[in-house]
Amino acid sequence: MQAEQSAVAPVIAPPTERALRDARNDRLFGWLLKACALIVLASLLGAAGATLWGGRHAFGTFGWHFLGDATWDPGNDHYGALVPVYGTIATSFIALLIAVPVSFGIALYLSEVAPPWLRTPVGSAIELLAGIPSIIYGMWGLFIFAPFFSDHIKPFLANYLGNKPESGHPTWIAEHTFVGKLFGSDYPFGASVLTAGIVLAIMIIPFISSVMREVFQTVPTRLKESAYALGSSTWEVSWDIVLPYTRSAVIGGIFLGLGRALGETMAVTFVLGNAMQLSASLLDPGASIASTIANQFSEAAGLQKSSLMALAFLLFVVTFIVLLIARLMLRRLALKEGR
Amino acid sequence: MATNESLYLRRRIKNILALTLSMVATLIGLFFLAWILWETLRQGISAIDFKLFTKITAYGEDGGLANAMIGSLIIDFIGIAIATPIGVLAGAWLAEYANRTKLGESIRFLNDILLSAPSIVLGLFVYTIVVLPTTALTGGSTTFSGFAGGVALALIALPVIVRTTDEMLRLVPSTLREAALSLGVPQWKLTMNILMRAARSGIITGVLLALARISGETAPLLFTAFGNNYMTFNPMDKMSSLPQVIYQYANDPGEAMHAIAWAGAFVVTMFVLLLSLASRLVLSRNKVSHD
Repeated sequence: MQAEQSAVAPVIAPPTERALRDARNDRLFGWLLKACALIVLASLLGAAGATLWGGRHAFGTFGWHFLGDATWDPGNDHYGALVPVYGTIATSFIALLIAVPVSFGIALYLSEVAPPWLRTPVGSAIELLAGIPSIIYGMWGLFIFAPFFSDHIKPFLANYLGNKPESGHPTWIAEHTFVGKLFGSDYPFGASVLTAGIVLAIMIIPFISSVMREVFQTVPTRLKESAYALGSSTWEVSWDIVLPYTRSAVIGGIFLGLGRALGETMAVTFVLGNAMQLSASLLDPGASIASTIANQFSEAAGLQKSSLMALAFLLFVVTFIVLLIARLMLRRLALKEGR
Repeated sequence: MATNESLYLRRRIKNILALTLSMVATLIGLFFLAWILWETLRQGISAIDFKLFTKITAYGEDGGLANAMIGSLIIDFIGIAIATPIGVLAGAWLAEYANRTKLGESIRFLNDILLSAPSIVLGLFVYTIVVLPTTALTGGSTTFSGFAGGVALALIALPVIVRTTDEMLRLVPSTLREAALSLGVPQWKLTMNILMRAARSGIITGVLLALARISGETAPLLFTAFGNNYMTFNPMDKMSSLPQVIYQYANDPGEAMHAIAWAGAFVVTMFVLLLSLASRLVLSRNKVSHD
């Protein structure tokens, strides 16, 4: 045995040099690949770090008051984040309020209701919405939807639900509830928080509905068939079987849409009106973090620039947390599936 | 008996109502898709004109978008040229080297977050790491540049390419790896020459999707490439791009400017939609050849 091995060893010897070279190349290649992968990590950390560093003057000057301050006054060099933060949250919230039920409907239709031959073309059409660049949404919003909104939808909302109708006599619901404040407005144009919310909703519908549709298809057929066999209707199967089974992923999909809505710039900038004012009315113009940065950054200097960077940092941290929750929720279903 | 009947009826009505509403929701989605595409087509085609492709934006109302189109092509090219090698190699690391390791899983996870991170913040990041240093180094003569715009777009394209490469490589059957490794092929050769080739059409799809994504991106270009009313081929110069000119023209009060903006919007939309169509074709052709 011993002798045989030592006899073989010299024969193996020549390839060892090559094996060593291969091993060294493999190691170098592995490092190169790892370095590329770490760039992903570096860009996330870098984006957070760069905006925090850029915003250090604003954070240092205003401290925690920056968050709760509603003044944005370049004339006196005094800046607070409340108006854009409110605008970002309000538009995204409206967008979710509209997009979640519509997306659920689309996912339900495409996975349970529609005849099979219709599912692929309609599904691709809805996904096409996600492919349209946000600047197109912005232009459509500015030139087509905002005028339509101010001609047809806004007067209706303002007259029946607002506390400042043209007739001067608000309806009962407007006079006695908070609804009146939400829809009361003297502003004559179509750009408003509500308009931006609607445009955002259209933008995030394809994202939410495609996640929902995908996860609805992971529900075991056995489970659905059992419910059907017990006499459930399609709606009962969807609401009582499919939705509970996919709950975490559905929430993940909604948060994914929220993450998109929070950071969206172009579509919002065009239809939000860019007014640095805090108004309770959804029909008044406002500003979001992203739209404020897009509008002011090129001409800003000093403390204003730093405040915009600070806003970007806030936006980045909030979207990061929202997207983190989204991915964790989506992963829970994937784990269940793998079990 | 009677209560049974009424319960059954109530459940049926509820079912029909819910299913009808789901159809209405789908119609709402399709309606907005049709509305947006229709307006872009209608306004865009009526404004399209030969001078759009020959004249530059410096002429304003009488001008075209030639410099913006060239600028867009250059910036997009820089973005893809930076993001493709990095993204493909990073994707290969995730799929081949770090699959199921802790660091690999975390980076895959963070890549998904980068995929939907707000592009405007990435633009500010590139402003900080590219525009500010070049300004300081050249004493203020070089500030915004097409190159900086390309870097910003690369950051947006990167996670798309990483993700598709990772997914496509993981779809390659492991028997292929085992066969190659048993013949003594080193892992780098296996990855570059065998697995990449097997997953090639999927990776190309990812690159095309990334290109579609960045060619409509506006926000990060506002403070990186900035814009330029004259034709330039120098990537270290300020450079305009189609989305940025559309943004600028749409905010202009002049009607004639709006028409040019619509024409630009039409060109961008067609480009993006054709790219996503092309990416689908690449993928489906590959599927057929494997069958």
